[in-house]
Amino acid sequence: MQASSAVNAGATAFEDIHREAHDSEQYLTFLVGTEHYGVEILKVQEIKGWEGATHVPNTIEYVRGVMNLRGDIVPVVDLRVRLGIESQVDLDKSVVIVVRVEVDGRERGVGMLVDGVADVCDVRRGELQEGADLYGDIPPEFVRGLGSVDSRLLVVLEIDRLLEDALRTSLREHTPGARVAVSNTAATPDRNTTDRSSNREDAR
Amino acid sequence: MAIDIKQLLPVFFEESFEALENMERDLLALEPGAPDDEAINAIFRAAHSIKGSSGTFGFAVVSEYTHVLETLLDLIRDGKRGISAADVDALLESVDVLREMLQAVQDDQPVDAARTGASMKRLEGLLAADPGTAARPTAPTAAVADAPAGPSNDPAIEGWRIVFKPHPHLLRTGNEPLRLIRELADLGPCEVVCDIAELPALDSLDAEEVFLSWVLHLRAPVERALIDDVFAWVEDDCDFAIVALVSESAAEPSPGELSPPPEATPVAAVPSAPAVSAEPAEAAPRERRAASTDAGSIRVAIDKIDDLINKVGELVITQSMLGQFRDGFDASQLTRLQDGLAQLERNTRELQESVMQIRMLPISFSFNRFPRLVRDLCQKLGKQVELKMTGEHTELDKTVLEKIGDPLVHLVRNALDHGLELPEVRAAAGKPEAGLLHLDARHQGGNIVIEVRDDGAGLNRDRILKRAIERGLVGESDLLTDDQVNHLIFAPGFSTAESVSDVSGRGVGMDVVRRNIEEVGGSVEVRSRQGHGSTITIRLPLTLAILDGQLVRVGREVYVVPIVSILESLQVRSSSVSAVAGRTELYKLRDDYVPIVRLDALFGVRGDSQRLEEGLLVMVEGDGAKAGLFVDELLSQQQVVIKSLETNFRRVPGLSGATILGDGTVAMILDVAALVRRARPQGAPSAEPMAA
Repeated sequence: MQASSAVNAGATAFEDIHREAHDSEQYLTFLVGTEHYGVEILKVQEIKGWEGATHVPNTIEYVRGVMNLRGDIVPVVDLRVRLGIESQVDLDKSVVIVVRVEVDGRERGVGMLVDGVADVCDVRRGELQEGADLYGDIPPEFVRGLGSVDSRLLVVLEIDRLLEDALRTSLREHTPGARVAVSNTAATPDRNTTDRSSNREDAR
Repeated sequence: MAIDIKQLLPVFFEESFEALENMERDLLALEPGAPDDEAINAIFRAAHSIKGSSGTFGFAVVSEYTHVLETLLDLIRDGKRGISAADVDALLESVDVLREMLQAVQDDQPVDAARTGASMKRLEGLLAADPGTAARPTAPTAAVADAPAGPSNDPAIEGWRIVFKPHPHLLRTGNEPLRLIRELADLGPCEVVCDIAELPALDSLDAEEVFLSWVLHLRAPVERALIDDVFAWVEDDCDFAIVALVSESAAEPSPGELSPPPEATPVAAVPSAPAVSAEPAEAAPRERRAASTDAGSIRVAIDKIDDLINKVGELVITQSMLGQFRDGFDASQLTRLQDGLAQLERNTRELQESVMQIRMLPISFSFNRFPRLVRDLCQKLGKQVELKMTGEHTELDKTVLEKIGDPLVHLVRNALDHGLELPEVRAAAGKPEAGLLHLDARHQGGNIVIEVRDDGAGLNRDRILKRAIERGLVGESDLLTDDQVNHLIFAPGFSTAESVSDVSGRGVGMDVVRRNIEEVGGSVEVRSRQGHGSTITIRLPLTLAILDGQLVRVGREVYVVPIVSILESLQVRSSSVSAVAGRTELYKLRDDYVPIVRLDALFGVRGDSQRLEEGLLVMVEGDGAKAGLFVDELLSQQQVVIKSLETNFRRVPGLSGATILGDGTVAMILDVAALVRRARPQGAPSAEPMAA
């Protein structure tokens, strides 16, 4: 009676199940404008109604600012602006999806401001269609692939890359000498967004 | 009960490093020729406890080496040999070697055998050279050879053969053989052979008795103690034997050998613990290694914790008092409610202070490395220096303490290398041959002030100026005050040392020192008199976690200005404002011109008004210079908890962090030093004095 490596036998069986489960992945789908996007559900930490954020000086338009997530200071990236999507902004219905992503080698919480959360769906890995020419203006490294859910197009985002890039490029580059010029011209759209979100007032 | 000995490893390392620090300190205090018995005993005890515990944990290299050291110390202790300066040097070297060894073991790196061997030879040489012990030089070596005989120490062990034969009643004691085997399998790959020879026929089988026995081959070089631990609960209810499997050798299993009581190992590890914790009040010299393995633990004096518990107790009482109002409240109770709230506020503040106290460590943690450093450098440079340290018990935040360690080392090295002169030079200048280096720490206001003072040559104005002109830091015709010249040494890449020594002189130093100190919100300044020495003063905040803030409003945004950096706030008289080059606005504050920083323009937000007269100027000082921040309104003052923007976002120029206000919104904390730097023209040293 050789009970040799009983432990290992169990482990392989477990791996099989594990692999099977991972063949299809669960995505949280959400709306930006009228388009459906998806992120891996395991990355999602929580979903919150939009309550406003505090403006961070000299950041680029798509950084809405930072918000207080139970004592953590979390940046909020406006996906509409980041993806260049025109939409009727109704901030009362806007939603912040807080995801945990790895940025510059460290896990961080980042909020994404979107127009609404749609559903959770299973997509098989093989079913995602890839092709940089299909992604429009979105840089291909930010897209994992295209899928379809209920005959609607679903753009599955490579959220770590997208947000890493967003955070890296979040600061306005400017020299001290050009300070005045920068704040007068480029800040105009920024100011609009700040007004609309009307930071502190919303939060109260 | 079984203790996983691995859990004790961090304690072992911490205590061993601490013991080494103690050894080092005592060795440095030792007068060659006239050893102090108590000091020798202390050194011996430290070496002995390292030897003992490293043996327990199976670090044979360490215990072997310490054994030789201990032999030497033993002779000194018994008065069989004196102690010479050379002995002290060798012993200090052995402290270094031991420290490296332990570090290597801790990091799972191979020990530098060559260095260890050389140092061991040196110690053995000392032993052999001593006439009093000439007859016994072989003794320690022989003992060393014996040392690795313990089974767990032998690196050749590939695994273990375990014969496990439970007594029939084992199950009744609540033990399950399968669980034990699983535990063994957790230790490494395990082959299990079951012996069913004693299994009776089915009709006579008693389901509550064990008839099986097992032979296990554990193919992993784990410690014997770990295996003993597995069987700790059942050792009285079974026969078991453990035999080491030595590589390719035919080590015969010898069933029947009973394992030693497993308690032996954990107990052996314990005695060193009380020895150290018995003196927590003493400024335990424990240098924190910057190793990645540092779990970032902190040792807290018990009275600080008691104090904390008391404060929490008071808070609970206040809470229950306020809880009475939950059921109903009428105006007659207003005074009581107010009292309760006042009490709550006091409790909270006290609790906060106590919690902050836990992070506070005496600066001796940083200072204690200097006696050794100074001694070594003096030998190398041929100088005589008396090191004086005062205020070692001044406490400051652990984070701050860690950040200033390296800058302090740098300043001390600089003082020894550049500041203090050679004995001949000093004698010629009519000064005592031994120079004085004074490290002083003290509280001043809300700050900690650390001074590094020497009575050496002082900064050489001409040499600094010459070098600064060469490097284009100042123009040839610039007229500079002594203070301005002295501050040139903080410019990047600045060094006046004629030759680059391995002590200092690469010019990477002072600007890094300054940057490190500013990173933790401190400032550094230098005073010097040529021929009389120089003093470098470091000012540090008490803590990094909480800050007294002035809330200011710019349009819709609320910013926090650290109160320590605010000089005054004033309404602007337009007659006092003048423009330079059409852009930079200067405010005439009494005799000074101070640049105005328009926060709205700088941060791209809309303020209430562009007109300076309609807002306020908050005069701030950072980096030794002043600036006026233009804001719309001053709001309240409050203590704010500093949150890092970098945790989830990134560093933002002009901000030192963020905080959460009472209403849950986030407010940015201004980095005053950075704002002042931006407001000032580039190449600051030549334009304005950097410090008062």
